Amino acid sequence: MIPSPETKAKCEVLFTVNGKTKKVLTHPMERLLDVLRNELGLTGTKEGCGEGECGSCSVLMDGMLVNSCLIPVAQASGANIVTIEGISAHALLLPLQEAFLECGGAQCGICTPGMILAAVHLLDKKPEPTLAEIREGLAGNLCRCTGYMQIFEAVATAARRRVGK
Amino acid sequence: MTLAKLQEHHIVGAPVPRKEGRDKVTGAARYVDDMVLPGMLYGATVRSTIARGKIRKITYGPGIPWEEFVTVTAKDIPGKNCIALILDDQPCLAEETVNHPEEPTLLLAHADRHKLRKAVEAISIEYEPLPAVHTMAESEQQSTIIWGSDNIFKSYLIEKGDVEAVWKEAAYIVEGEYSTGAQEQLYIENNGVIASFDREKGVTVWGSLQCPYYVHKALMALCGLPEEKVRVVQMETGGAFGGKEEFPSMIAAHATLLAIKSGRPVKIVYDRMEDMAATTKRHPSRTRHRTAVGKDGKILGGEIEFTIDGGAYSTLSSVVLSRGTIHAGGPYYWPSVRIRAKAVATNSPPHGAFRGFGAPQSLFAMERHMDRIAQVVGTSPIEVRGRNFLKPGQTTTTQQTIREEIGLDHLLSRALKLSDYHAKKARFARENKYGVLKKGIGIAAFLHGAGFTGSGERYLNSLVGVQAGADGSVRVLVSSAEFGQGTNTVLCQIAAEALGLPYENVVIAQPDTTVVPNSGPTVASRTAMIVGKLVQSAAISIRQTLTKTGLLGDEYTPEQFRVACREYIAAHGPLKAYARYEAPADIYWDDEHYRGEAYAAFAWAVYVAEVTVDLATYSVTVDDFVALQEVGKVLHPVLAAGQITGGVAQAIGFALYEKVVWQNGRMVNNQMTNYIMPTSADLPPIRVFFEEIGNVHGAHGAKGIGELPMDGPAPAILNAVEDAIGVRFNSIPLLPEDLFEALSAQSLDSKASFSTREIR
Repeated sequence: MIPSPETKAKCEVLFTVNGKTKKVLTHPMERLLDVLRNELGLTGTKEGCGEGECGSCSVLMDGMLVNSCLIPVAQASGANIVTIEGISAHALLLPLQEAFLECGGAQCGICTPGMILAAVHLLDKKPEPTLAEIREGLAGNLCRCTGYMQIFEAVATAARRRVGK
Repeated sequence: MTLAKLQEHHIVGAPVPRKEGRDKVTGAARYVDDMVLPGMLYGATVRSTIARGKIRKITYGPGIPWEEFVTVTAKDIPGKNCIALILDDQPCLAEETVNHPEEPTLLLAHADRHKLRKAVEAISIEYEPLPAVHTMAESEQQSTIIWGSDNIFKSYLIEKGDVEAVWKEAAYIVEGEYSTGAQEQLYIENNGVIASFDREKGVTVWGSLQCPYYVHKALMALCGLPEEKVRVVQMETGGAFGGKEEFPSMIAAHATLLAIKSGRPVKIVYDRMEDMAATTKRHPSRTRHRTAVGKDGKILGGEIEFTIDGGAYSTLSSVVLSRGTIHAGGPYYWPSVRIRAKAVATNSPPHGAFRGFGAPQSLFAMERHMDRIAQVVGTSPIEVRGRNFLKPGQTTTTQQTIREEIGLDHLLSRALKLSDYHAKKARFARENKYGVLKKGIGIAAFLHGAGFTGSGERYLNSLVGVQAGADGSVRVLVSSAEFGQGTNTVLCQIAAEALGLPYENVVIAQPDTTVVPNSGPTVASRTAMIVGKLVQSAAISIRQTLTKTGLLGDEYTPEQFRVACREYIAAHGPLKAYARYEAPADIYWDDEHYRGEAYAAFAWAVYVAEVTVDLATYSVTVDDFVALQEVGKVLHPVLAAGQITGGVAQAIGFALYEKVVWQNGRMVNNQMTNYIMPTSADLPPIRVFFEEIGNVHGAHGAKGIGELPMDGPAPAILNAVEDAIGVRFNSIPLLPEDLFEALSAQSLDSKASFSTREIR
């Protein structure tokens, strides 16, 4: 759902996106999701439900996993935002992205950017998660294609490789 | 090159990387909402608010600068006001009457989405309400006629043997009624398209869709344009499951009308609430069984009555009904049977394609009914299935002779072993005497036909192409769409294998009706089997063209292939080969009597579900799930397993979570907050196993796989629930409130809770 910004006046919002300082002139109540996609052209962040249920629009905000459809952009002022483009900026894929490819963690791909950010967030907190922790850690991100099994496998595989096991 | 040499490549059957996988894990994949065209407007749909009535007046409210908006009504349609599909009864925009809530009535476009939303809210439509029909039972009573002369979109009758004769021979007559609810496909990417119009070039649509040529056909009729003036391009598609089979024609039609009127590109992307309320869902169903059974548990014959709710317009209901009807007898031998099936009209948005396409509904009934037969006869669910399984040489309900080895007994015994069925069943029976957690285990055996039904593939007359470039690269040209299931990858594997080239040298064209031929819709578990076979043939033709012209030997390296392509193209021009579907000679189908070879191949499966019913919270949890199937050759082990786990998860939702709540024909829980699909925390380990017996019709012996896993889980789970608590539930979804209602009617601590009771 697209909220109708009641405030006519636009304001300037300054924040860091994928390591670069960005300044946007926008309505303060504009969703972070729309600013990322429409103002900054970062279309890897997807809209699934617009109400914080599906997690397709997940981004990292100051190290926290958030649904960017629920964040008015004014709230992101001064924040450090990482999107899927931010973790895909290198020629080589992250071990996690490799594992998603290998294990079948991405099918239609629409939940994948959010799911990968959720997994990045999980592995940052818990480098060697148990299956139960993976299940719990990804429970805010819905996937309709995979039945999750291959996503769990991808995250577990990436975790093993990161800790060199 | 001999077949033996070809098989040495082993690209088919290997877990090669998904073609578009890298773009998907980096966020680079382009979905329609990621695309913006210069000067583009946004479109929105004004929808009916009542179930049925005559449109009296449309009021454009105050406070909106209406002159800034592009407005389209039915009067602006250049061609025919219908969404061309089968019967063409569904209007693109309601003109005088509305027949369901959320029916599109008027379209608006504006460059500013915020203004657009306010404008939609400012339009009010006044109606003269007409009596509406909201249930199958009301529709069948025919006291209010809302469609045709009898509210019936389509009916079928299958008759085999002399059913009347079996009742007197029967040791038992077992009856049951079973029902399934609507289910939302809930692809995570909502429906969306962009349309543009140019007087010279005509209409171009980019969209999230399964069937480019369905949209193409619909737009030709809507705009009165010749085929070359309509171009449809499939963008990366974020899930479909049937929900983007026929519906995209509607949203594409709307964007096209706005683009024609405004002269600018128009994007329509639904938000989740609109998508859930207004687009298609799985047909609700009701199945009645009356079965004559011998003393030994063998089915002697029976009657099956299968009814589905089609919603307000016919759309695909006749075809969904067909598949459900043919699958209604399950994987069993019926010496005689009469199946009466019908799709009826109600005043809700039309129900449509959803993975399984009628089969999950009728198979739910069959597999619950088999457990009932076992109880009545006094045997086990295992025994009763084993005694009735179809065997080679026997005929199905449509009198299709089973010619291939199917090994259902083997599937059953392997599934029991994999799930440790017998030991668990015994243990649960012991342990269930104590505590509030009751465990149960249940099975389902089933089949799923691959490809279009009966003569369907013959009518589709699919065409595919393969093109080789001067650089030796190969491009597969098909209208088959990728929406997660692996079309791109599997078809490239088949072409690479046929040409003896590395997988990396083969790519697939983006489905674009100006580039790819019509290889039929991406539905019905037909892509790997039917389209795959044609890709294989076309690829072999490329090879033969090069060998016949002496440019290539029987064995060659990719480099030699490249040189041959370059030389061929320099001398003769483009190197392309096409292959068209040819019906196997031994396939016979009688559309009138619904008799004959219904499908070129069936996939077979036995699934086992283990559940815990919590008598304190009334919740049902699936603890373990074994999915064993015979799908012919597995072309890609990771993708194939992903189809099964995904389908099982969706079917667990169908059984235990996903309830569409209707109010006067409208879905009222049209949000992900209150329509609940399984999360990563809700699902059991889904353990997938394959048997590969093979099918002569498909590429490398592949059969269909995509829909099969939707059929079995729901009955297996409800069979397990009955095993756990001895209460017979015959309706899904089965929610905690249903358990509460059923169980609170009896004392929980008395033995009564373990006597089987009938719950509908």
